Amino acid sequence: MGNWSFLVQSVFIYLIVVLLCKSNGEIASSLDGLSTLLPPIKPQEPGDSGPQPFPDDENTNLPVFTMDYPRIQLPFEITLWILLASFAKIGFHVYHKITIWVPESCLLISIGLIVGAIMHAVKEEPPAVLESSVFFLYMLPPIVLENGYFMPTRPFFENMGTVMWYAVVGSLWNSIGIGLSLYAICQIEAFGVQDINLQENLLFASIISAVDPVAVINVFQDISINEQLYIVIFAEGLFNDAVTVALYNMFVFVAELPVFKSVDVFLGVARFFVVGLGGVLFGVLFGIVAAFTSRFTSKVREIEPLFALMFSYLAYLVAELFGISSITAIVVCALTMRYYVEENVSQRSCTTIRHAIKMLATISETLIFFFLGVVTITTDHEWNWGFILGTLLFAFIWRGLGVLVLTQIINPFRTVPFDYQDQFGLAYGGLRGAVCFALVFLLPDTINRRKLFVTASIAIILFTVFIQGISIRPIIEYLINIRRTHKQETISVEIHRRVMEHTMTGIEDICGQWSHHYWKDKFKRINDRYIRKILLRDNRAESSIVALYKRLELLNAMEILDTPNGDISAAPSIISLHDEKKASYRPKKKFLASDLKNMHEILSKNMYKIRQRTVEYTSKHALPDDTKTREILLRRHSTIRRSLRHGSFRDPAVARSQRYLSLPAGESLDAHFPPRGDSRSETDHPLARTRLVQSMRSSSSSSHAMRPLRRLGTLQETPLAESSGRPASVDILNERSSVRYSSSSSLRPPSRAASARTAPAPTPRHRLSSAAARNDAEWETEEELEEMEELEEAPRPPRPSWAADSTQTRNPLLRQTPRKNP
Amino acid sequence: MVIRTDSPVAAAASPTPRDILCPILSLANNMGASQSEHEFKDLAERTGFSLDQIKNLHQRFKWLTNHQETLRQEDFEKVSHLSLNPIKGQIVKAFFDKRNFGKHEVGLVEEIGFEEFLMVMSHFKLPNKKLTDEDTEDVRTEKLRFLFNMHDTDNDGTITLEEYRHLVEKLLSTCETLEQDTSLAIADAAMLEVARITVGHMEPHEVYEGITFEQFQQILKGVQIETKMNVRFLQMDTTTMRCGK
Repeated sequence: MGNWSFLVQSVFIYLIVVLLCKSNGEIASSLDGLSTLLPPIKPQEPGDSGPQPFPDDENTNLPVFTMDYPRIQLPFEITLWILLASFAKIGFHVYHKITIWVPESCLLISIGLIVGAIMHAVKEEPPAVLESSVFFLYMLPPIVLENGYFMPTRPFFENMGTVMWYAVVGSLWNSIGIGLSLYAICQIEAFGVQDINLQENLLFASIISAVDPVAVINVFQDISINEQLYIVIFAEGLFNDAVTVALYNMFVFVAELPVFKSVDVFLGVARFFVVGLGGVLFGVLFGIVAAFTSRFTSKVREIEPLFALMFSYLAYLVAELFGISSITAIVVCALTMRYYVEENVSQRSCTTIRHAIKMLATISETLIFFFLGVVTITTDHEWNWGFILGTLLFAFIWRGLGVLVLTQIINPFRTVPFDYQDQFGLAYGGLRGAVCFALVFLLPDTINRRKLFVTASIAIILFTVFIQGISIRPIIEYLINIRRTHKQETISVEIHRRVMEHTMTGIEDICGQWSHHYWKDKFKRINDRYIRKILLRDNRAESSIVALYKRLELLNAMEILDTPNGDISAAPSIISLHDEKKASYRPKKKFLASDLKNMHEILSKNMYKIRQRTVEYTSKHALPDDTKTREILLRRHSTIRRSLRHGSFRDPAVARSQRYLSLPAGESLDAHFPPRGDSRSETDHPLARTRLVQSMRSSSSSSHAMRPLRRLGTLQETPLAESSGRPASVDILNERSSVRYSSSSSLRPPSRAASARTAPAPTPRHRLSSAAARNDAEWETEEELEEMEELEEAPRPPRPSWAADSTQTRNPLLRQTPRKNP
Repeated sequence: MVIRTDSPVAAAASPTPRDILCPILSLANNMGASQSEHEFKDLAERTGFSLDQIKNLHQRFKWLTNHQETLRQEDFEKVSHLSLNPIKGQIVKAFFDKRNFGKHEVGLVEEIGFEEFLMVMSHFKLPNKKLTDEDTEDVRTEKLRFLFNMHDTDNDGTITLEEYRHLVEKLLSTCETLEQDTSLAIADAAMLEVARITVGHMEPHEVYEGITFEQFQQILKGVQIETKMNVRFLQMDTTTMRCGK
């Protein structure tokens, strides 16, 4: 660790030095810098004109070594800046504890301040990033896209009304409130700022009303705050930016007007709606086009991710072209597109899209905070105590008041009202950030107090980011008890949530009311029936339960693949034992009880490993880890299904080559598996078993009768196991089976039928999970299963409940026991 | 919120000029209400519904039962949207389950009166303002109990694997493309998952019997059920609303 941090620091310092030397556009100074890098080159004479490729006496000879710095200057500097900021990020995470208590944005600003101080000391100009529309065309879109793309859709739509209320009305409230208050401050003669008129005050207020809750979001995520508050803060920050930009454009226009007529107010309001709704319209349009395009990209997987990115950007640019809210457009586009695109594109492309979006957003954000620090030092400031303190005070007060008042209005309409703790979280989470910073730098020079505005904006950003950003975690963790959710991603929860939703829809139907659940249900149906058919290549509706199940299975499989499991390494010996036994029908004695126990554990654990992790809604700087490689899973499933279907597992070419991928090269697979001659008995067994099961089933309740033949397919796995009945030699198993025997013989008929019926069911389960683990784990586990089944079956004649017994070996959890109170 | 067009009053009032009929209708309603006013107040105290909500629900109840005193299972066929609900059977059954009437009885009944109807509905009532922590916990337990009872069809205190499978199968029955095994596999996986979360490590000879209510609470710990399992029952009298417009 120490070494690392040292390394990172040294690299970091080196980069700073290099950058400082480079960042100036003038060739002379940059060559000074170069001389530190490349000492042999002679410094260029200042009088020389233009880029001098090789500062030699005459240019007659063919230059052996040339340098053309101005040619690469811009991209070179950009790259270095990005690298510098990224190294800073690495540096923070070397000391992990820092980032827990101090938000990353604070650290970045601090680094920026240091760099700025150095630059100031050597009289360098700050980079020209923020002086043009670079921010709006290149830096903002990735950040907004990331927020939109990773927005948790369901909670967002559940809380959309509240979000919009806070974002639109809250922004207006803040802008107007702060603007008017500051105008009042400006009337006080002692401060000497009487020349700022109302329009300019409103313009400034609209700039600083944009909240940017990045730091707060991270804190809320860590302590898993309740879902409603999280989504409201998250989405408010996003749409609030849109509102602010719209307001800003309006006020810039207004501030430059010589006379202000009342009709302009109405025009302004109208424009406000056009801007907002237009953004939504463009977003939906481009989102649908992107989704539709992704339907046809299966042949060009390499460029698949591009479509998603380019269409989002296009939405942004076109919206910008028409002067409507580009932030809204790109967010809505991402929201619309995401669901369908991710379903259409391949798993890898999906991961790529997510990675690319995360990466670009992180770069942008890092750079912005970094530059914020730099610019704070290097620009000229105009300090006015009254105005700046007034700004801080009013921003704080109006935010608090706004949340308080707006919540009182919205609460009666909410199913879950926000309590005072939540409101505090909302109010205190109102940090100012990137958008505010960028907007104030874009102020036209015609505003006569521009410098003061810049200073005040930077002051409020620094104040909120440092004071509120750092203090919010201790406050929330120790002082204020905001409701928290410990959300687990488990199948049970998903199932029960669905049950709950269906129940509520049903209850609403029964009451004859149409509201929330009804419309959700309705939309889902329309989506399944029409929209998916148009936009998706494979338009079979998939239940969220199934999707989650697949994802968890897959994660599990990948974990097994990734971690070389020590227990499994024992497997080759098992195989050889197995062969030996098969060949000679000898009772084998080498199976240790501990081995069996191990196997048991492997089996029961690997079948389905539960992950209890809190869901990361949108981790700011990390990809959500639900990398659902559905393709692999599906392929696996089909492989296994093929290999297990009647007799086809006998086909070594198909089954084995896929199942034993991980065998050492050169080793013959068939050597391990002598042909099993007694296939007759193998096929007999399952049939007999099925018949038994079926007969039991027919005596049981009607719900069983509904699916009489379902088990057939799954049962066919067992042939693998029953080459023959051989006496078992392992004590532990015998004991166990006898115990089970007694318990199952005490079963009363109905429940026995139930147990017989349920018995084979774990087979698919097992198959799925082992399937996923194919490469490494599968073959041993399957062999082990065979062993166990053989051992179990051997000492007793087949009887109705044995099927259940053999399942218990595989999966002790799924057995049904006799009911205590029938 | 939109009022269903198939609401009783609309059906009754639509063919006639509403302007004339409205006062009469509401008067009739008021008279009817005044007869049972006392009864309703009593119900309101016990179920926590407001008087208006009870009146509304009573209207609906009358419509469902064709102005009979009791509600039978067939009556739910009238609710056309319910047929699209994958777990329709369970929902309807919940109305006839004595466990949901709050009387510590078990078993199913053939028909229910308005009081039972209200008792079932009260599980979905919005919690009144200002709940203390204990209250919240109570509300939560009550709602969870309702869900649990929906699953635990034989009332043995556990959701057995069989019951769970049945549920999952019903839930997934709307996805016609699903393979048959999948829903079972999912039910099994979910069951295993519950076992792993609640029991932890199990010895091979141990058996997981089913989800008990405590375990059910444990697995749904993360879901804010007290805030999510709510239906907004209409506060206003739909009759006056229709007339007043």
